[in-house]
Amino acid sequence: MDLGAHAAFVWAAYAVVAGALALLGLWLFFDGRRQQRLLNALEARGVRRRSQGESR
Amino acid sequence: MRIFAQHPANPTAFMALSERVLPWCLALACASIGVGLYLSFAAPPDYQQGHTAKIMFVHVPSAWLSMFIYALIAGSSFGLLVFRHPLADVSAKAAAPIGAVFTLLALVTGSLWGKPMWGAFWVWDPRLTSVLILFFLYLGLIALRSSIEEEGLAAKLTAVLSLVGIVILPVIKFSVNWNSLHQPASVMRLSAPAIHPSLLTPLLVMAFGMTTLFIAFQLLAMRNEILRRRIKVLRSLAVQDGGPLQPLPG
Repeated sequence: MDLGAHAAFVWAAYAVVAGALALLGLWLFFDGRRQQRLLNALEARGVRRRSQGESR
Repeated sequence: MRIFAQHPANPTAFMALSERVLPWCLALACASIGVGLYLSFAAPPDYQQGHTAKIMFVHVPSAWLSMFIYALIAGSSFGLLVFRHPLADVSAKAAAPIGAVFTLLALVTGSLWGKPMWGAFWVWDPRLTSVLILFFLYLGLIALRSSIEEEGLAAKLTAVLSLVGIVILPVIKFSVNWNSLHQPASVMRLSAPAIHPSLLTPLLVMAFGMTTLFIAFQLLAMRNEILRRRIKVLRSLAVQDGGPLQPLPG
């Protein structure tokens, strides 16, 4: 695809957006997994929130 | 149906609802961004800027989102300070880093558009400078919150700062009228959009896709924050119960 004399600026803009959003998404995904793992480890030790006694 | 009938302020109800909505939201975001990218690269060159105008399709949605997310943080902060909504602070805290990323993207893509069009990556123009201040405001919100140990105090002080900082939004909006190099609004204005439909359609599709992606990220970040707060409560309960708390994995 020929994007003219300033093609490098166009590709760079799209690459920066794609890279930043992919990194943000990955960070959120792995942070969520880490938090869930920590929560599961605490619950496996029998530590429960008071509200968990009745319903989850 | 039971989930919708539960109190919307209940974090447990939010976790159940967001778990269902999230995959659809992500799928919609990916599909609409895919269509938007196809339309962007199939769009004809602008009669003045040529293909460089394609930067608009990622720059403008990022800039819109940078302001929208700040408005969301300010609204959430208002919800915390006035109504003490349990999810308001979770929403404000989750949105700040996402808003900072979109603001940085607006600045970087704007610079990459500015160099071939204006001959410089950066000029101290009112629009560029006010968006840079917005980026610093996001960093300030994140730094202020992380510098205060007590969660409730951090939430209140961050909420006050975000409400004070909302003054930047009208400044950004009207800054294009103050001797600015930046072009005035082409889409969001009282009269009809001043942009040809062949360029307006991909712009709106990309804006929809990136907004949907933001919603998915916000839901993910809020879920993570709720889990983080549950872990904190469980750890303090474990300490109160007198059991020695061994280091957890991860």
